Amino acid sequence: MSSVRLRADCISHAYKSLSVLDDISLTAEAGEVLVLVGPSGCGKSTLLGILGGLLAPTSGTVRMDGEARSDCLNPLTYVFQDFSLLPWRSVAGNVSLALEGTRLDTASRHARIAEVLGLTGLTEFRDALPKQLSGGMRQRVGIARALAVRPAVLLMDEPLSALDGQTRDLLLDEFAGLIARSGVTAIYVTHNLSEAVRVGHQVAVLSRRPGRLREIIRIDRPILERRPSDPDLVSLEAMLWRLIREDAATADREMKRA
Amino acid sequence: MPDPRGHPVPFRAWGFAPRDIPLAAAATLIGVLVLWQAGASAGLISTKFLSAPAQIARALFDLSVSGELWLHLSASLRRLAFGWLIGTAAGLAVGFAVGLFTLARSPGMAIVSALFPIPKIALVPLFIIWFGIGEGSKIVTLAFGVFFPTVINTMAGVDGVPRGLIRMGQSFGLSRMAIIGKIVLPDSLPAILSGFRITTSTAIILLVAAEMIGAEKGIGAFVLSAGNLYDTDSLLAGIVVLSVMGLIVSFVLGRIERALLGWR
Repeated sequence: MSSVRLRADCISHAYKSLSVLDDISLTAEAGEVLVLVGPSGCGKSTLLGILGGLLAPTSGTVRMDGEARSDCLNPLTYVFQDFSLLPWRSVAGNVSLALEGTRLDTASRHARIAEVLGLTGLTEFRDALPKQLSGGMRQRVGIARALAVRPAVLLMDEPLSALDGQTRDLLLDEFAGLIARSGVTAIYVTHNLSEAVRVGHQVAVLSRRPGRLREIIRIDRPILERRPSDPDLVSLEAMLWRLIREDAATADREMKRA
Repeated sequence: MPDPRGHPVPFRAWGFAPRDIPLAAAATLIGVLVLWQAGASAGLISTKFLSAPAQIARALFDLSVSGELWLHLSASLRRLAFGWLIGTAAGLAVGFAVGLFTLARSPGMAIVSALFPIPKIALVPLFIIWFGIGEGSKIVTLAFGVFFPTVINTMAGVDGVPRGLIRMGQSFGLSRMAIIGKIVLPDSLPAILSGFRITTSTAIILLVAAEMIGAEKGIGAFVLSAGNLYDTDSLLAGIVVLSVMGLIVSFVLGRIERALLGWR
């Protein structure tokens, strides 16, 4: 299990005069999944970009505590909403990209690629190009690429939102299992509340723009024991919806006006 | 009276899907040649002004056997290769610099925007003054003409690289050089190769223009000299050579595109 935790202190961010995030402090505990939910445009993805060092906050700090595993090659690793695969590289080539330029020798790199392709069910597609894969398979490649570097913290930006409903449900089960078994610290952005309660140890609810932290809800049941129909998860999802419903409606009206 | 069973819904999604028919392309070209030859043989087309295909073929054969064709062709190909390669190398370097670095972007674009619209043929006399009547001025004319479209296409290609892919590379800790080599260059390759199609055509046009202004050898000089002698057979033979040159370049670029961009 990862012993690394990621802490955000007083994060605020603005794009020119548009304030997007306001004074957000939260912690992704070691080996746990922190889910960020909130209405559209509340700054979830911006916050994830800041947490992973891809965006400099206007104010506030992000700190990583604890030691990453010795075989970790990229402590903060993203899984992207749009998969971000290189269309000219095969499945194995895309996974390999994350390992190129690291301290791994060729044999170890090949072994690691084979391992993560096996974990994500992609072994027989190793030579396929992204255009030959379905959306679900492409995101598996994104996950395989992320797992290949043995991350200390996995940052996932709506990883299932580009997929159709059936594929999303199927992949969510696998995804939750992979995350739980790997014990990696993870931050998971989603607008889908059923996903949030399936994969999160903590669910942080953000308000509409500028995003402020409204509430953090803890879910103690182990991820591998959760089922979509569990009554407590269903009621938790309903509670989350009540929390963000008004903000979501207001945000939607504001977007239509814009 | 309306049909109680309703009426069939007519198909409306017709057309707007042109297909290539290679046989039709070949047949069209052959048909034009046959009509042209027939017109000339029947006296409907004056061969004094427009030689018949058979006469052009004969002239090509004679020029080839005498070695004159190869003399002119080799001079033209040498200029074309040097001029295109120099212009392309410089254009790629500047295009990438403008596309990647803030420091190079505004100054580079200011120079490109100011000089690109100048008709390059107008600069040939200036280049002759600067570089002499020999090879230098011709190669510089070609390189200059190739340089600007290459810069613009390369910059557009680099600008078009999805920022998400670059962020992905950065998120995995790839170095700047690795991101350029493994993400930016391959992703901008379609735009760069598409630019090559433009620059090779431009280079052939400028080659002929430069050779017509001051050269003893080269297809441009040969065409001009044939025109001065009212030798339309040889003149058109030279034009056929230029056309074949363009076709071969286009074919080679097509093969390169197929080899490098098979992933599209």
